[in-house]
Amino acid sequence: MKVGVVTFPGTLDDRDAARAVRFAGAQAISLWHEDADLHGVDAVILPGGFSYGDYLRCGAISRFAPVMQSIIKRANEGMPLLGICNGFQVLCEAHLLPGALTRNHELHFLCRDQKISIENTTSAWTSSYSQGQEIVIPLKNGEGSFQCDDQTLAALENEGRIIARYVGENPNGSRNLIAGITNERGNVVGLMPHPEHAIDTLTGPTADGLGFFTSLLHSMVGK
Amino acid sequence: MALDTVAAATTSPDTKQPFRELGLKEDEYARIREILGRRPTSSELAMYSVMWSEHCSYKSSKVHLKQFGDKAVKTDALLVGIGENAGVVDVGQGYAVTFKIESHNHPSFIEPYQGAATGVGGIVRDILTMGARPIAVMDPLRFGPAEAADTRRVLPGVIAGVGGYGNCLGLPNIGGEVTFDETYAGNPLVNALCIGVMKHSDIKLAKAAGAGNLVVLYGAKTGGDGIGGVSVLASETFGASGPAKRPSVQVGDPFVEKVLIECSLEIFAEDLVVGIQDLGGAGLSCATSELASGGTGGMSVELDRVPLRDPSLSPEEILMSESQERMCAIVEPKNIERFLEICKKWDVTATVIGEVTTGDRLEITWHGELIVDVPPRTVAHEGPVYQRPFAEPAYIKQVNSEKVDVPLPTNAAEIKAAVLKLAGTPNLADKSWVTSQYDKYVQGNTIQAQPDDSGMVRVDESTHLGVAVSTDANANWSYLNPYEGVRLALAEAARNIATAGAVPLAVSNCLNFGSPEDPGVMWQFAETVRGLADGCLEMGLPVTGGNVSFYNQTGSTAILPTPVIAVLGVIDDVRTRTPMSFDRAGLDLYLLGDTGEDFAGSEWAFIHGIRGGQSPQLDLQAAMRLNTLLVAGRTEKIFTAAHDLSQGGLSAALTEMVLRHGIGATVKLKNAAVDLLSETPGRVIVAIDPSKKDVLLTQATKAKISCAHIGTSGGDSLTINDSVIPLPELSKAHTETFPRLFG
Repeated sequence: MKVGVVTFPGTLDDRDAARAVRFAGAQAISLWHEDADLHGVDAVILPGGFSYGDYLRCGAISRFAPVMQSIIKRANEGMPLLGICNGFQVLCEAHLLPGALTRNHELHFLCRDQKISIENTTSAWTSSYSQGQEIVIPLKNGEGSFQCDDQTLAALENEGRIIARYVGENPNGSRNLIAGITNERGNVVGLMPHPEHAIDTLTGPTADGLGFFTSLLHSMVGK
Repeated sequence: MALDTVAAATTSPDTKQPFRELGLKEDEYARIREILGRRPTSSELAMYSVMWSEHCSYKSSKVHLKQFGDKAVKTDALLVGIGENAGVVDVGQGYAVTFKIESHNHPSFIEPYQGAATGVGGIVRDILTMGARPIAVMDPLRFGPAEAADTRRVLPGVIAGVGGYGNCLGLPNIGGEVTFDETYAGNPLVNALCIGVMKHSDIKLAKAAGAGNLVVLYGAKTGGDGIGGVSVLASETFGASGPAKRPSVQVGDPFVEKVLIECSLEIFAEDLVVGIQDLGGAGLSCATSELASGGTGGMSVELDRVPLRDPSLSPEEILMSESQERMCAIVEPKNIERFLEICKKWDVTATVIGEVTTGDRLEITWHGELIVDVPPRTVAHEGPVYQRPFAEPAYIKQVNSEKVDVPLPTNAAEIKAAVLKLAGTPNLADKSWVTSQYDKYVQGNTIQAQPDDSGMVRVDESTHLGVAVSTDANANWSYLNPYEGVRLALAEAARNIATAGAVPLAVSNCLNFGSPEDPGVMWQFAETVRGLADGCLEMGLPVTGGNVSFYNQTGSTAILPTPVIAVLGVIDDVRTRTPMSFDRAGLDLYLLGDTGEDFAGSEWAFIHGIRGGQSPQLDLQAAMRLNTLLVAGRTEKIFTAAHDLSQGGLSAALTEMVLRHGIGATVKLKNAAVDLLSETPGRVIVAIDPSKKDVLLTQATKAKISCAHIGTSGGDSLTINDSVIPLPELSKAHTETFPRLFG
């Protein structure tokens, strides 16, 4: 199985995401922002970083990249798509997911090991976890506070589309402690913390993040 | 002002020139005239003035730094030595590692965020210039008193700048220091270190060889930022009420640098450059003169081709501009098309601005008129050399003769109070407020970062080869005895590598001092260089490069002599490293090394306002035997954990160990006050499974290192004799300081 990992100028965690894909047993394919060809991939990851320098707004320029036009089309057809951190911001800007990520409420960049609970195990990226399972993976961003209007928030809650919540103190001011959400179909997931940095205990705080990538394999094999 | 050309300079020898305003002395100006056989043009004057500044020419330090060559260690490990942008060390398996540390002190006081940010940017480009992929950064920082109002302006800005730039480059920040002292008020020290890795065959050098090869400027456009930053900012002491110098500070854009890194690495991978140099201090003046000097000397440059952000810049300003995120490459004509193609892919502006010539002159034209015609070596390497007078300052005898009379705790309650006091004092308090603003995970190879003794990154994912780096300074000891002080810092940095089980391999340094025009400061510097050269020779560690920062002084008050020593080590398998703390109960704790009554320069003395006494004397041979024992402890799987004792002594080390995983310890000490608070160098706590006792004692005896059982791990408190300190109370004292001070 082939998983595309997109590199925009300013993307930082692309090599980490590719490593996580390999760890899970799939093949990582590097996708370049200017190339609309997805090279036959079965799923795509938009990794973290500061694409286009976060100029204008985080993710605001990336959504217009040629590769994104192909990704948006395929995602609307059901292709699994995971946006991590800056990738989540891109998904919101591309309107594949609702809401927006704003500056952390304490106004600092924050890097720490974060406990989150998995709230939805039916998405393409979370089926390896059990409902309510608590995991620890790194959180690292300056603009990770999830915001949306009340109506959207109610919809996310009622439809079970919140896939992960922060446990304990709210690290960034996100509404309802939201760490990640999915679309109606469950194929597109945006996640603020970084599972790709928690695939082994040598380099990460835990290996808890690997489940996001093995989930993908399970969901694809099941089809 | 009319364009000042070489022709005009020849026909108007008596034109008055503002050499003093540019920081040149009378005799230096006379020497330029002698070299050129005429007066310099204003562009030449600009070039000489920045390149002959203290910051670029090392004119006060050169005569001392020579010792690193004279006392050089015979080694095959050093692939590129002092003189290039950064030294390169062989770490085995075909890999070479380059690391370097530099200061960005003065700009960071004026404009904390940008000063610190561009400090990171500059050192990263130095590493990139060697052909290496940057893999990690570290930042030793020093500030005025933690409670001072100005520290609350400078510190948060510096931290945000280091993080803002480094995070955006995708470089994990794996360590550093944050220390406070009143002498750094007005002179904060912002040192930045970068580590890079490459294959041996990929090493690049700054040389412009091969007539007909093209000189290509690529990266950001040139603007008016940082004009004269080097000479104006780095070479003149701040007056108590100095004028606003803000415009001289450079402004960085990490996004541009990130793209420049990836673009450069792709260019290097296709072997498209003959030589390369980054543009840092002294901008194009430095890059063109150094590249030309590295070749045969001949180079011609059409300065009007330089892409500008501000079209009104004069040629002098373009030569002096320190706009960030720029590189200069020497490219063979057959490769230029591909070179430009890669730049285009990354949206990086690249412009051919000149070519290598057969002669030995650097010639620069402006719209066809010759404005610079100089022998480049005279600009880059043959600047003035000063034999500054130096003499032991009067304070030395006075402070050395003072008796260190620190109040010591005498009962259980006082011991508890002392441990809590040290846990929360700003120099030793938990630094998470700082490090949580840095990305330590990016690239996925970070094995250790703060609060570990050293930073460690994996170099090869399949073989698990890794490198570790620690930076250390003890300015209080250097103040009492600069020769011993730097050797103690060297030994500490090496020990911090060895506690994890890595083998120390090479040394870099950043020497921060007051004004070299003060004979006392110059003596501190001379003694420091002598101590470091002697120490490195004795330890068999090559010095791969370094940086000198003078004029860290406000009025007549100089900073404490602060040589920051960085030691790089190699570890063949990062999976086997010894962690700094224990995560389970029932382990035996041993103290390696002897404890004496060493309170001079200690944190406990500092807290009580005592500066005097004599620094500890270092037994380097014992330090080296201890390091060998520490490495053996890893390879023979004796240690479960090992942690260095330094500032704050055993008290601070125990605090850090029990709080790391929330596992307490019970410790019995014969002479608790001295055992806890003394800072005798050369000591380490190790935790072992009780079954390893005999092998530990055998190894320690073999290494002639004393080894005493001091306690066991476990429980929910740190218990020292009759003093019981519950972990939550200790944790609160340790962690609340920074948020309380800095929000």
